[in-house]
Amino acid sequence: MSTSTQDAGPVLAARAGRRSLAGWLFMPVLLLVTLAVLYATVQSRELSSGEQERLNVGSVMGNLREHLELTAVSTLLVLAIAIPMGILLTRPFARAITPPAITVFNIGQAIPSIGLIVLLAIVYNIGFRPAVIALVAYTILPVLRNTMVGLRQVDASVIESARGMGMTKTSVLTRIELPLAVPIIMAGLRTALTINVGTATLGAFIGAGGLGELIVAGFVQNRQLITVVGAVLVAVLALLIDYLAGIAEDELRPRGL
Amino acid sequence: MTDGSSAKIRLEGLSKRFPGQREQAVDDLSMDIPEGEIVIFVGPSGCGKTTTMKLINRIIEPTSGRIFLDGEDVTKVNSDQLRRRMGYVIQQIGLFPHQTIADNIATVPRLLGWDKQRISARVDELLETVGMDPGDYRKRYPKELSGGQRQRVGVARAMSADPDVMLMDEPFGAIDPITRDRLQNEFLRVQERIKKTIVFVTHDIDEAIKMGDRIAILREQSHIAQFDTPERILVEPADDYVSDFIGRGASLKRLSLSRVRDVELHEWPTVAESASADEVRHTLEGSDKSAVLVLDDQQRPVQWVNADHLRRASHGSRVGEIGLPADAVVQPNATLSDTLNEMLTARYSCAIVVDSDRAYQGIVDIDTINESVRGMRQAEQDRLRGETVPDGQGVGS
Repeated sequence: MSTSTQDAGPVLAARAGRRSLAGWLFMPVLLLVTLAVLYATVQSRELSSGEQERLNVGSVMGNLREHLELTAVSTLLVLAIAIPMGILLTRPFARAITPPAITVFNIGQAIPSIGLIVLLAIVYNIGFRPAVIALVAYTILPVLRNTMVGLRQVDASVIESARGMGMTKTSVLTRIELPLAVPIIMAGLRTALTINVGTATLGAFIGAGGLGELIVAGFVQNRQLITVVGAVLVAVLALLIDYLAGIAEDELRPRGL
Repeated sequence: MTDGSSAKIRLEGLSKRFPGQREQAVDDLSMDIPEGEIVIFVGPSGCGKTTTMKLINRIIEPTSGRIFLDGEDVTKVNSDQLRRRMGYVIQQIGLFPHQTIADNIATVPRLLGWDKQRISARVDELLETVGMDPGDYRKRYPKELSGGQRQRVGVARAMSADPDVMLMDEPFGAIDPITRDRLQNEFLRVQERIKKTIVFVTHDIDEAIKMGDRIAILREQSHIAQFDTPERILVEPADDYVSDFIGRGASLKRLSLSRVRDVELHEWPTVAESASADEVRHTLEGSDKSAVLVLDDQQRPVQWVNADHLRRASHGSRVGEIGLPADAVVQPNATLSDTLNEMLTARYSCAIVVDSDRAYQGIVDIDTINESVRGMRQAEQDRLRGETVPDGQGVGS
């Protein structure tokens, strides 16, 4: 094959869809401004003793830490369950059990999250654990479904050529299928994280703590400021995590896709 | 079939039945694939040719039967290890989109644990073999290549660990006809040097005739209708199925395998340009042809002249000025197929053969072509009857 490259292909940019600096900075700046406005508003008010108890830095940070723990633990559990499960359910031997398995996981998402949390609290008593279980049940489906879709959309000819060259099934999975499924799995993870940050708020109803406590306390004490602080912090946190997950999505997408 | 001892790959009673299907996809196939040849599996869609090829590297595990590679029974050995000994190219090519061209080509050498320098040198060597500049292409991704380039990389990747055997499933199938023709020619040139044993699947009989040292024409369930050289398949189709599959163009295809210089030229009455009308008339009467060919003083054909032309010509005009122009002129290196084509448009149903100085040599008529087809058929039959069957009669050799 001596005739060289008359059929030269298109030369594409090294990576499509890279954000501009302004694009990178927009969200963090917006969130910082929001927090600053919130802080200034709280500072400018004369706080009642009930508000002081809730809105001091130590207490709010405690709520934030609990919230992050709920989100992080449940998301890690979801990853640990849903990704291996998605891999198993896309293997040829599991073809028969795939539809019933999906139905089971669908139940978790179909039940309203508040109902699930309360039910679990009745079964397991109140606290951190039932809240985590509820969050896991609620977000396992998007990650599982995306893992399966991600693995299934890998071109069959790519897998066949890999097998045909003598790659083992395991190395086809780890070196070909999973890398090619990463963008879609990451999109599922991002969805799960965002849902978890929001739904973790409900943990407050069963004594699991978190920023939801501020919202509940505000209602109970009829102190609107406390509720507003809780709600704004949850929103800022959700947007921040979505932003970070978006960056991770871009960075982890294999080159060449 | 060749002597079994020289078979690179031997298939013995190979069958495959897919779960849930009553009919076997491949039924009791036995064949020897000789070393260093391109063996083509050709047949209509659904005849099991691709399945058969995939049984060889056990991408599809046979239901029964045995596969031998270099005399070693590989039916039960580790299939991953087995596949690393065979190059594999499929129509869709299946390059890894998230890996660079260099990484794609390095796949099998890495599996075999080659060191980095050796892999890198091999990648450069292969890219050069397939006509792509390593400096330019190593770091690119598959999506940055054209279809023809991807196909080249696919072939390079299959050759990466220098396997003796390559399996190719319609490797040029998804490429436009012009690029395909070029890639086929390039591939044949490379094969002349590397002499791999190649199993090549196609549904296109023309591609089979062009690429194959040997062609296996398969019917349903991968039953072999005929397994032979392209020449013999064209001249001596085993049965109606084979002749149907080759199509009505079989003799025409055969005619493009031989040239004018291979056939005996016929004589035609000729006269010089300076000859008189009486001389022409005399020549005409002395022959069974209806016209004479007029040659100039350098023996180049000029005109056809028949009795009618002579009658109508005004008295005293030279023969070079009457009659019809001498068309349908071919040179000795023209194929019989081209010659036949010329002949069909000619006035006297024959083609005038000239040498490279355009001097008249003789003529080829439809009888010559008929005789030559018959002769080729006879020669093949004689060879079939002979004790020793010459090996590896390639196309266009």
